[in-house]
Amino acid sequence: MSAQPIIVSASPHVHSDRTSKKLMYDVIIALVPSFLVSLYVFGIGALIVTAVAISSCILFEYLIQKYLLKAEVTIGDGSALLTGILLAFNLPSSLPIWMVIAGGLVAIGIGKLSFGGLGFNIFNPALVGRVFLLVSFPVQMTMWPTPVENNTSLVDAVTGATSLGAIKEGLMAGDTMTEISTRIPSAMDMLFGITSGSLGEMSALALVLGGIYLIARKVISWHIPVILLATMAVFTGIFWTINPEQYANPIIHILSGGAILGAFYMATDLVTSPMTKKGMAIFAIGIGIITVLIRLFGAYPEGISFAILIMNAFVPLINKYFKPRRFGSKIKAKIV
Amino acid sequence: MTDSILNSVLLLASLGVIAAVVLYVVSKKFYVYEDPLIAKVDEALPAANCGGCGSPGCKAFAEKLVATEDISDLFCPVGGNDVMKQVSEILGKEVTEQDPTVAVMLCQGGCDVRPKTTEYQGPKSCAISAMVYSGETDCQYGCLGDGDCVAVCDFDAMYMDEATGLPVIITDKCTSCGACVKACPRNILEMRPRNKRDLKIFVGCLNEDKAGIAKKACEVACIGCSKCDDICPKDAITMENNLAYIDAALCTLCRKCVEVCPTHSIIETNFPPKKAKAPKEEKVAVTETDVQPENSKTDA
Amino acid sequence: MLKTFPKGGIHPPENKITSSKGIKKMPIPKVVYVPIAQHIGIPSEIIVEQKDKVEIGQVIAKSGGFVSSNIHSPVAGTVTKLDMIVDTSGYKKQCIVIRTDLKNESNFEDIEYPLKTEIVADAKDILQKINDFGIVGLGGATFPSHVKLQVKEGTKLDHLIINGVECEPYLTADHRLMLEKAEEIMVGIKILLKALNINNAIIGIENNKRDAIELFKNLTKNDETIKVAALQVKYPQGGEKQLIRAILKREVPKNGLPLDVGVIVHNVGTIFAIYQAIQHNKPLIERVVTVTGKKLENASNYWVKIGTPIKDLVDEVGGLPEGTRKIVNGGPMMGKAIKNLDVPVTKGTSGILVISEDEASRGEPKNCIRCSECVNVCPMGLEPHLLMNLSEKGMYEKASYEDIMTCIECGSCSYVCPSHRPLLDYIRFGKNIVKKLNTSKN
Repeated sequence: MSAQPIIVSASPHVHSDRTSKKLMYDVIIALVPSFLVSLYVFGIGALIVTAVAISSCILFEYLIQKYLLKAEVTIGDGSALLTGILLAFNLPSSLPIWMVIAGGLVAIGIGKLSFGGLGFNIFNPALVGRVFLLVSFPVQMTMWPTPVENNTSLVDAVTGATSLGAIKEGLMAGDTMTEISTRIPSAMDMLFGITSGSLGEMSALALVLGGIYLIARKVISWHIPVILLATMAVFTGIFWTINPEQYANPIIHILSGGAILGAFYMATDLVTSPMTKKGMAIFAIGIGIITVLIRLFGAYPEGISFAILIMNAFVPLINKYFKPRRFGSKIKAKIV
Repeated sequence: MTDSILNSVLLLASLGVIAAVVLYVVSKKFYVYEDPLIAKVDEALPAANCGGCGSPGCKAFAEKLVATEDISDLFCPVGGNDVMKQVSEILGKEVTEQDPTVAVMLCQGGCDVRPKTTEYQGPKSCAISAMVYSGETDCQYGCLGDGDCVAVCDFDAMYMDEATGLPVIITDKCTSCGACVKACPRNILEMRPRNKRDLKIFVGCLNEDKAGIAKKACEVACIGCSKCDDICPKDAITMENNLAYIDAALCTLCRKCVEVCPTHSIIETNFPPKKAKAPKEEKVAVTETDVQPENSKTDA
Repeated sequence: MLKTFPKGGIHPPENKITSSKGIKKMPIPKVVYVPIAQHIGIPSEIIVEQKDKVEIGQVIAKSGGFVSSNIHSPVAGTVTKLDMIVDTSGYKKQCIVIRTDLKNESNFEDIEYPLKTEIVADAKDILQKINDFGIVGLGGATFPSHVKLQVKEGTKLDHLIINGVECEPYLTADHRLMLEKAEEIMVGIKILLKALNINNAIIGIENNKRDAIELFKNLTKNDETIKVAALQVKYPQGGEKQLIRAILKREVPKNGLPLDVGVIVHNVGTIFAIYQAIQHNKPLIERVVTVTGKKLENASNYWVKIGTPIKDLVDEVGGLPEGTRKIVNGGPMMGKAIKNLDVPVTKGTSGILVISEDEASRGEPKNCIRCSECVNVCPMGLEPHLLMNLSEKGMYEKASYEDIMTCIECGSCSYVCPSHRPLLDYIRFGKNIVKKLNTSKN
């Protein structure tokens, strides 16, 4: 017999090779194509923002856990790294570095650790960071560098509005959609990422590609992204049919802004999304409706971050009321 | 300008009035009469909410004391006779005096004397590991060492000794609420009477196996040799299932059994060091069993 | 599209190393340790004394009540003592220790009886014999078979399902038995159909046992009453409720029994034991055990006498390999890790699995990341993460409300948890407490 004593534990005695760390790294892999696209169009700025966001998230997690909470340091599990990347993806690539760091502090400190760390947070930490920056520094957060193909310059001098921003401004000024549509990028440009906006919301194609990878790897289920985008399409479609001159068409709505980034990567965050398929459907529909409401009638041109955060707050309630169907509950139980 | 100030003042004032009326009506309508005695008794109780009396908390116990005609079997172990006397005065009912007790550990199979033959993996809880199997050692009666008793102790009267892997009871802090006794899946903890100087003699083993097996599993196991039973002048020791048990009510603390026990499984606590008249027993007096409660004192 | 149950389930690596290894006969053990609690229910009562001589197949402990079973001596020999021996539960239990009389020829008689197809016994005889010869469910639950076959007057019963699923990874005992004793099993099924007075039997076999499916399809070609159902490979399809759902699309009600939907399920091993009992008057004294493990030299399937110490089996396959850290009685999903090699084989031992260092240790539990994977794989539609939390916090009433008692302890949740949380450990604990609370309430 071996020198060490034999182990006794309760069944099961085997375990699948999935670990939470692997899940995190799968999401990171899925985000690589989009990152490459933004690197291509925004150049070094994208790299700097991303690097700063990642390192500040990891650093703050380390410092807070070690010195403030005096708890086990868990920076190795990949979740702070992922929060950093997602935060960066939601920021304009021209944002001042100190703001990015502040965003990282809020995302990790308030969004995650104040709730008790990984798994206990109610709100998506990256979005908490982004929304904090958006309401604190609205000017810098809505100054978007115009994308330049194969960008190598250090400073983005030109700034422009996002397509959603342009639509909102145009409609406020009393222009019709036909007039506005000449000013915003074409659907093809949005698909491939030649549009202005946050770092990670560039190419719809790259994002969907990563999303499909995640679904194939069973990290996320298709329910949230598909239902969310479908809800948005239907809802904006209704308004568009009523008055195409006042409301943008569903294709523009889905391809522009953070809709796809939000649907595949932010709303599907494992910790802050519901547990059951039914719950996920309700959650996704809720986000879709709130997003469209904010886009069409709110003060902000884009609303998916707020929509996700609002629905995040409902997740415990959704989990409570949307239970999986218990086996054998269809028939009245006979007491044995 | 003045209009808007006036409007808001009026609005808030009327809201306040409405709320006050609603609160008043509700408090009148849903008023529940509570015997003022309950509050009085509750005040007398120690407010530890430990559940040692059998009720879920002090308030519930107070209600039970007030509601029950004959409270002679009800007792607050934490408050002891003093509190029960106060309760008796408040309620004018008879209470019975009970001897103060303290929890003791009936296992001394620490890591050094009870070798581990397997390794348990799973949640660190005695109740769960007891469901999986008989524990990491070959003794299926002894302490599992996962500290369920320490976890339930509301009074910080217990801690795990890292060297032995066994829980230690800090006698001074123990309120004899009995939570640890209920938490232990092995029934290793027992409430035993505590006298003035807290002198106790008890068998620190529960192993019912035959001598050879018991001794192999644990060096300090009771092997059921009956030597203590034979020497006890008061017949306070009973032998059952290869195991000795000392009846605290009959024991006169003469310490004769401690001396004869070949495996040192009988524990004596808080006795002064042996007098010179029995020099060869010196060794026995300084067994680790003696040291344990001393440790706890200093830690406390 | 192959049949399966719709909700939950997992597909762990099959590792059926021994599926091509024929069933060998274990040498007769020198000493057997026969525990008196080998089945669910009341332990049997010992009716022999120290130094008694016993014959092979002689009753040594008789049924202690209705839900109990007779225990027969697996060897001819002498009762050396009645002792306490650590069994699979990890605790010392009452055992009858018998030293084999190696000179007694009955110990070495061949058990290969010729096939006997004609069923003489009537329904009453059959039930009586199943009771007398100590037949219990050999799938692992060890529920006394005669209790399961007791159908109350007026109960609607239309199907007998034969469980040849063997969804546990590694184990191949049932698979080999089906291949080698197919015709006997067919007779066994007919015996049960006669006893239950019904005309429908379905053998459920998972699709990773193509050869067994083909074999039984051939055997049942001209048979109207017995059918074969090929099933998709998915764990825990061997669970009664999942199997019935997969084959007949009927859902056993919560807290109900298969009888509530007119079905009785028996394992193929049990069917073979019933065949031997009825046709050859042979009590249940041996069974097929898969001795397996990735590092074992001669992993194989064996006919093993009940009461053989596991050490004998391990020695037979070449001893414990270097770096063994865990020995499991049963399969890797639901089997119990044993404390030492003196634990005897019982009626419920379907396999001995030897796990080495690299797979034996559990991962360090981390925070729950609410990935909902446990909810997805739970075949009973429960929320394991929630039940674990409730058990851990002592909220047993709530756990009971969340149907903790319907958990079948298949371990799928613990298997998939990416944070290595001990979900089933806590759920099992919670179930225990809830069970106690319920009995104290009644």
